[in-house]
Amino acid sequence: MGHNELPLFYVFHFYFFGIVAIVSAVAFVTRKSPVAAALWLVTTMFSLAALYVLLDAHFIGAMQVLVYAGAIMVVFLFVIMLLNLGHASELADGRGMWWKLAAGAVGLALLAQVFALTRARLPEALMLPENALADQVARTGAIAPLAGPLFHEYLLAFEVTSVLLLAAVVGAVVLGKRKEREHAR
Amino acid sequence: MTHIAALLQIAGPTTEPGFGFWFLMTVVKLVAIFTVYMLGAALLTLAERKISAWIQDRHGPNRVGKGWLQPIADGVKNFVKEETYPSAANLPIFILAPVVSFIPALVTWAVIPFAAPWGSRWGIIEMVLAPVPMGFLFILALSSLGVYGIVLAGWSSNNKYAMLGGIRSTAQMISYEIALGMSTIPVLLLAGNVTLSRIVSQQAFGTWNVLNLTIAFFIFLVASFAETNRLPFDLPEAESELVTGYHTEYSAMKFSLFFIAEYCNMITVSALMATLFFGGWDIPFTLWDNLAPHTGLKTLLTLGCFATKVLFFLFLFMWIRWTLPRFRYDQLMALGWKFMLPLALAYIVCTATLIVTLDALGFAQGSVPFHLGLIMFNLAAVVILFMIVDRGRVISPASSRLNRRDIDKLRAVSAPHRPTLLPESGD
Repeated sequence: MGHNELPLFYVFHFYFFGIVAIVSAVAFVTRKSPVAAALWLVTTMFSLAALYVLLDAHFIGAMQVLVYAGAIMVVFLFVIMLLNLGHASELADGRGMWWKLAAGAVGLALLAQVFALTRARLPEALMLPENALADQVARTGAIAPLAGPLFHEYLLAFEVTSVLLLAAVVGAVVLGKRKEREHAR
Repeated sequence: MTHIAALLQIAGPTTEPGFGFWFLMTVVKLVAIFTVYMLGAALLTLAERKISAWIQDRHGPNRVGKGWLQPIADGVKNFVKEETYPSAANLPIFILAPVVSFIPALVTWAVIPFAAPWGSRWGIIEMVLAPVPMGFLFILALSSLGVYGIVLAGWSSNNKYAMLGGIRSTAQMISYEIALGMSTIPVLLLAGNVTLSRIVSQQAFGTWNVLNLTIAFFIFLVASFAETNRLPFDLPEAESELVTGYHTEYSAMKFSLFFIAEYCNMITVSALMATLFFGGWDIPFTLWDNLAPHTGLKTLLTLGCFATKVLFFLFLFMWIRWTLPRFRYDQLMALGWKFMLPLALAYIVCTATLIVTLDALGFAQGSVPFHLGLIMFNLAAVVILFMIVDRGRVISPASSRLNRRDIDKLRAVSAPHRPTLLPESGD
């Protein structure tokens, strides 16, 4: 069921997940307890995934849940639990008034940008014809349109990115090994 | 490949149902799946106790209605029991945790095709709740959320045993999730798409993946035991060390919800194994059930076939639980990271190479030589892996002995200031 067939369903879910995303993002910033904040962030990411799916970007939606909510945030929680952070008295915000003002100003600027973007018209060359994405998903499946360019045109960029990740893995192994040796001594 | 596509054209939907009928059938499927799922979970608790009794040569529950009404008695007991809350617990998260552990397993069923489509008078009805284009990735994404329930339960209880259980389960589930995901990549390579209906039809018109991709099936099987926290991987709730781990502080229906979640996870994983490796709802040795016209009889028979496969895997879960002892923690990690992950990666490379080679030699996918080639390769791999490489060292670390260095290391951790212990006999 595409969004042209059921416009009311589409609009309802768009606003529903949009409001959930914004409310939980605000809660994420304002909560004092790190575990609660992490959970609100998970909720935000989940709602974002739903919004991606509403835009016919199924793969990005699945990856959003799989990578961010399912892997990265679990490790975050793991670390928070392991270090037993969570006493509000130890976690007072160390930054002064100026920092908060600056953050507020940046936030307002971003909000203004979003409003400006909703008013702007996209150039025709960037627009896809009606239902083009849904048609392509029905024809080739949801993965092929993404995998083709990634492993043909942009293969080099893709591989270079993987080298970046490899560096992180090697770094983690080196840190782990060093600790073991120090314990042995 | 082409003749599969041609056959699929024949089997494809002839008429789309109208919106009203489609909506009605979706609601019916929704209610049916939920009911069967909850009833199944309740009956599985009985089956577990009966099977364990059978394996251990005793009677098992035989009082309430000759044993058959035992799940209902348990349910009533759990509802009328007093609920206790630890005074230092984080109450909102404490209440949230059982729910979070239960929902992902339930939602996964939305995308599993459980029978052949039913060609009713008002149009073809797909026997899957939501045929989403992401199919399999949807399942992976949801199953990665299952760990939250256990982690949050462990943390919010404010109890050291619960905490240790939660930490163990996080490490265990993250480790085995990687092997689980990697073991399914060969399945996707063969299917060429991630929708589960495509994976089922590819197996129906070719060979079941358990023959095509035997090693991947074994990795998936072991990893799914770890993901559902069942023995021999039930370290998060190891009774002898952690009371019952993450749900130590839970009582009454909240405890019961964790219990139900475990069985729901088992049902989901069994259905996944049936779908990915045993042809889903496909009836073996015949194409009759895969081709049009789609009658109600075909739908019922394929549903029965699917249920049989799922029940077999559920029995396997229980069989293994009452047969094998629990792993030690270092064995668990070694098996996951040092054995299953490299094996899964190597297997992906081998399978991809083989598929490309067979393709280049002119054997199209779906033809007899193509599948024969895959089966021969897997036969060789199974023999090498389980008979030559293994010999009780790699795959069954629970029965293997530690070497001297590892024993010393473990002793240094557990008792750092004790110089020497009694010499080990043998070894």
